[in-house]
Formats: sequence, C-alpha cells, structure tokens
Amino acid sequence: MNWLSNFVRPKIRALVQKRDVPDNLWLKCSNCDAMLFQRDLAANMQVCQHCGHHMRLSPTERLELLFDEGKYTEHPLPKVLADPLKFRDQKRYADRMKDAVAKQGRSDALVIGDGTIGGIPTVIAAFDFGFMGGSMGMAVGDGIVAAAQLAVQKKAAFVAVPSSGGARMQEGILSLMQLPRTVIAVEQVKEAGLPYIVVLADPTTGGVTASFAMLGDVHIAERGALIGFAGARVIESTIRETLPEGFQRAEYLMDHGMVDIVVHRKDLRDTLARVLGLLMSGPKFGGGKKVESAFAGPHGATQIVLR
Amino acid sequence: MLNLDFEQSIAELEAKKEELSRVSSSGEINIADEVARIEKKIERLLKDTYAKLTPAQKVQVARHPNRPHAKDYIDALFTDFQPLAGDRHYAEDAAIIGGLARFKGQAVVVMGQERGHDTESRVKHNFGMAKPEGYRKAQRLMALADRFHLPIITLVDTAGAFPGVQAEERGQAEAIAKSIESCLRAAVPIISVVIGEGGSGGAIAIATADRVYMLEHAIYSVISPEGCASILWRSAANAADAAAALRLTAQDLKQLGVIDGIIEEPVGGAHRDPATIQAAVSAMIDAGLQELLSRHPSALKAERRQKFLAMGSKGLS
Ligand SMILES: [Zn+2]
Repeated sequence: MNWLSNFVRPKIRALVQKRDVPDNLWLKCSNCDAMLFQRDLAANMQVCQHCGHHMRLSPTERLELLFDEGKYTEHPLPKVLADPLKFRDQKRYADRMKDAVAKQGRSDALVIGDGTIGGIPTVIAAFDFGFMGGSMGMAVGDGIVAAAQLAVQKKAAFVAVPSSGGARMQEGILSLMQLPRTVIAVEQVKEAGLPYIVVLADPTTGGVTASFAMLGDVHIAERGALIGFAGARVIESTIRETLPEGFQRAEYLMDHGMVDIVVHRKDLRDTLARVLGLLMSGPKFGGGKKVESAFAGPHGATQIVLR
Repeated sequence: MLNLDFEQSIAELEAKKEELSRVSSSGEINIADEVARIEKKIERLLKDTYAKLTPAQKVQVARHPNRPHAKDYIDALFTDFQPLAGDRHYAEDAAIIGGLARFKGQAVVVMGQERGHDTESRVKHNFGMAKPEGYRKAQRLMALADRFHLPIITLVDTAGAFPGVQAEERGQAEAIAKSIESCLRAAVPIISVVIGEGGSGGAIAIATADRVYMLEHAIYSVISPEGCASILWRSAANAADAAAALRLTAQDLKQLGVIDGIIEEPVGGAHRDPATIQAAVSAMIDAGLQELLSRHPSALKAERRQKFLAMGSKGLS
C-alpha cells in the first residue's frame, strides 16, 4: 500500500493532530470498547486495529483517502436560502446551524472535491455526518446537483459518499424535494455517459437512500456500514419482532441484492480505481463513433433495473 | 479424476499405469517403456471413444464434475475481474457470477452460471441454477455494459433456471424474458460460449448473442433428456433415447444454424486438460470479438435480430 504510507497516512495524521486537543488523545472503540490511541487510529484510516470496526471519516479525510496522492480541489457549496420555514423546535434552526457551522468549520453537511482516482478525472461529493447528522437540506441537495454538473462539465466520473441520517426535518417539505432534485442530478451524469458510483458509508439512511444513493452504476459499501430506509427501532416497534442479526448492515444489503461490493476501507481506493478504469475504457468500435444506447432515455436502464 | 461408465477400459489402463509408475521409481528400466506403451494405448482409446460419443454420453461429459466451470474460465481468461452483485430488488444470486473484467486488455462485462466444485460451493451457487434475482442481475450487467460500450461475454453452464415455488412467485419467467430482451437491446457485441450444459430458458436468457459457440462435447437443449423422457416416454429410464432425439449436441446444433461455431476439446474431454480448452475458448472469443468490434453497434443489433429471426430455415442433412 504505497499510496497509503506515502501520502494519505501522513496527511491524515497531520489533520488529526491539528484538530486534537491533548486530553482527547485516546478514544474508545464503540464496537469492542478497546482504548485506541488517536494517532494510531488515524494512521489506520479510522479503522479499529482490534476489531476492524470502521469509524466515520470526516469528508476531508474521505477525499484525501480517495483521490490520487490525497490531492484535490475543493468547490464551495452553492448559497441557499437560510432557514426558509423559520423553523423552531426546542431550539431555533438558525441557532443549530450557527453551532454546526462553528463546530464543523463548513457551511453545510457536504464537501465537493475534484481530482483524479487512478488517473481518472473524478468529482466526489462526501457527506459530513458531524454536521447535523449529515442531514440533507437545500444546501446539500444543491451541492449534489452542483457536483454532478461539475462532473458532466469536466467529463469526469461522479462518486457520491453519503453518510447521513436522511432528510433535514428543519427544512420541511423543501428537504423532501431534494430527493427528486438529487435524482435529476445523477440522471444528468448518466445521460452524459459518465460513471456514477456510490460509496455507501456508515450510516446511509432515510431520504438519502431513497434517492441518489441507490441509483449508482456500481454500489460499493464499507464493511459494517448501516444502510437502510427506515430506522431499526421504528421497524421493530412497528412489526413487534426482533430484527435479524446484521440487519441493515453492508453485508446484509449485499445478500439482499442492493450492494455490488463490500470492502475494507484499506481496499476502497483501489477498488474504485479499478471499477472506474474498467467503465471508462470501453472500446472504440463501429468506426469510433459514439454508440447510441438502447438503454438511454425514458425507457432506459432505470426502467429495466427498477421496473 | 472421476471416470464415466463408458470409460471402464480407460480406467483400468490408468490404474495399471499408476501401479507401474510406482514400481518404476525403484529403478527398473523396461517399466518406463511399459508405462509409455500404456500411455499411448490410453491416448488412442480416449481418442476413439471421444470421437464417437453418443448424445447420452455427451450429456455425461458435459456434466462431468471436473469439467472447467465458469469461474475457472474467468480466472484463466480474464484479468482485473471485479465481481458485481445483486439485482437491486431482492437478493444476490451466486448461481450467476459476473462483473467487470478485461479480456486481452479490453474492458468487458463477463458473466456465467457457476455450478460449484464441492458440496459447499455447489450449495452456495445453487448448482448453477439461477433464480429470478440471478437473471435480474444479468439484466443489470447487460445494461451496464451497454451504457459503457463494453462487449459482453457469457459462459453458459446450467441444468436450467431453478424450479421452485418462491422463484415462480418472484417471476422466474418474467426475469428470463427480460434477460433475453436485455441481450437484444444491448448495442455492444455479445459472445456466448456453452461450456457445459445449456439448459433451456435458463441458458437462452444469457445466450441471445451475436456469436454462440459450443464446446465440442457440450449440450444445449430445450429440456433435459431426463425431463423429456419422463414426459414423452413416461419414464426417465429412456433418457438416452431422448438425448438422441433432441439433437442436443454441438454438431447437430451447428448444422441447424443455432450455434455459430464449435470449439474442439482436448483428447478425452475438457476436464482432462483445462489449460488447453481454456486457450481454445480464449482464441475463439478473441476471433469473434475482433470481428464484432469492427461492426457499427446499430448494425450489430439488427444482425442479431436477423440471426434469430432466420432460425429454423436450416434442417439436418
Ligand atoms: Zn474495535
């Protein structure tokens, strides 16, 4: 793993040291309770050395992990109308936003970067679960649209890395409208003949799964990632049954036909590079003319796949 | 190596050779000559036997457990294989394996029925009998190939689509029909190789191709000889009669214009020399692909339709 030891590891380490405070050097694995030295954890791509549990990555860690040499250009999220419903629960949404922006140091729960993966031009949109649970409101939706359009413009592959609890309740129906908006975004990528890959990271749930996250040409999930539509507790209380072992985990999703590949994080970049390389190197046949696809258009692949 | 019932005399010679080989290591010279003599005899016997296999014997050879299976061909002929899984509806069906790969450097989509090689893997792959989700995965892979202009290569080896209550409930027939439709819609070259058994709808679902090749001793039929015998003869004991009547051999199917080429097997069948058959299959796919890649995609689709529409115009001589 040369790319890892040469580039990503030191970069992630630097990043972690930057944000760490001295009394926060140790962390307990949420899966096996082992005490982990944060520096080791960062060097291990935030995977527990004891039990292999994959912890969540920040979107910038994610982009550094995936792009060649950890290098990419970040693109700001489009500006959107703030707090359109003047929403208030126990706290004002405007205040929650202010806190989240201050805590995470970004304008909303998505980071867009462009660079190359295995030499192939790629745009990645990665979620920040730390920003209000990675919830998808107008800014995130617009971010997906912008990232997809950037991919089309650059003739690049588009990779979405969701890590989200779902739609952002505080934006009401406007957050629900991000479902069709993000689907349109990835349709545009597909219509341009470019690959759209989803890397399902922990957790991918709710409205995010019920839109762009389930429409990839290829679905790659990180080991153990929680992926599903309804929350386990909601299901359990509705059907009054205990759920099967491993329910809604990446491996379970693969058995049930929703995921192509489940990978350990250390293999994620190579897997992406291989898949993109294969999809982007179709032959020039029929005299090198662009091939018209029988599956494109209104009776296209999505119809065959989704019935 | 499992010997088939018509290979009794070959088995006896092989046992004798084995015995002698053990003795020869103790230093007697003339034993080496004897071993060579037996080897020659085995070779001649195999050649004679396999040159005139009856249809029923071909059925046995096509189903030989040691015959190379889809995964063996994928491992031998392709590089960068990235398996893809799932139908995005219900399940991953390991009866059909498939994904992205490179064939001689060329990015392609490859898929095929995998029968497994021991109890555990046979159960995992459901003995190569796909359920609706397997055919829906096949449709998905064909659509993917079409979208990214990747040729499709399929390896056919199945007793048939899985017969079961739940498979029916989930639309086994619809899944096969849509899979045939997906083959016909793809504006990319499609090459199918029947490597063992081409079992009816379960086979044609992924074999509606521009070029369909069969291994010399493979079989391809609308129904298994056993199934046919039990319906038309009212006894599975007449399977050999059915095998002959069905005209399921590569040689007959070539004459009928149902397949485009026969890939010669090594002496004694593919299972006796996997490397040789894999090289032959590779060469045939390569030749077919080179030819098809020179065509315009829309011409490919039209010719594919025409080829299947024209079937039935040639009888057996
Ligand atoms: Zn752990």
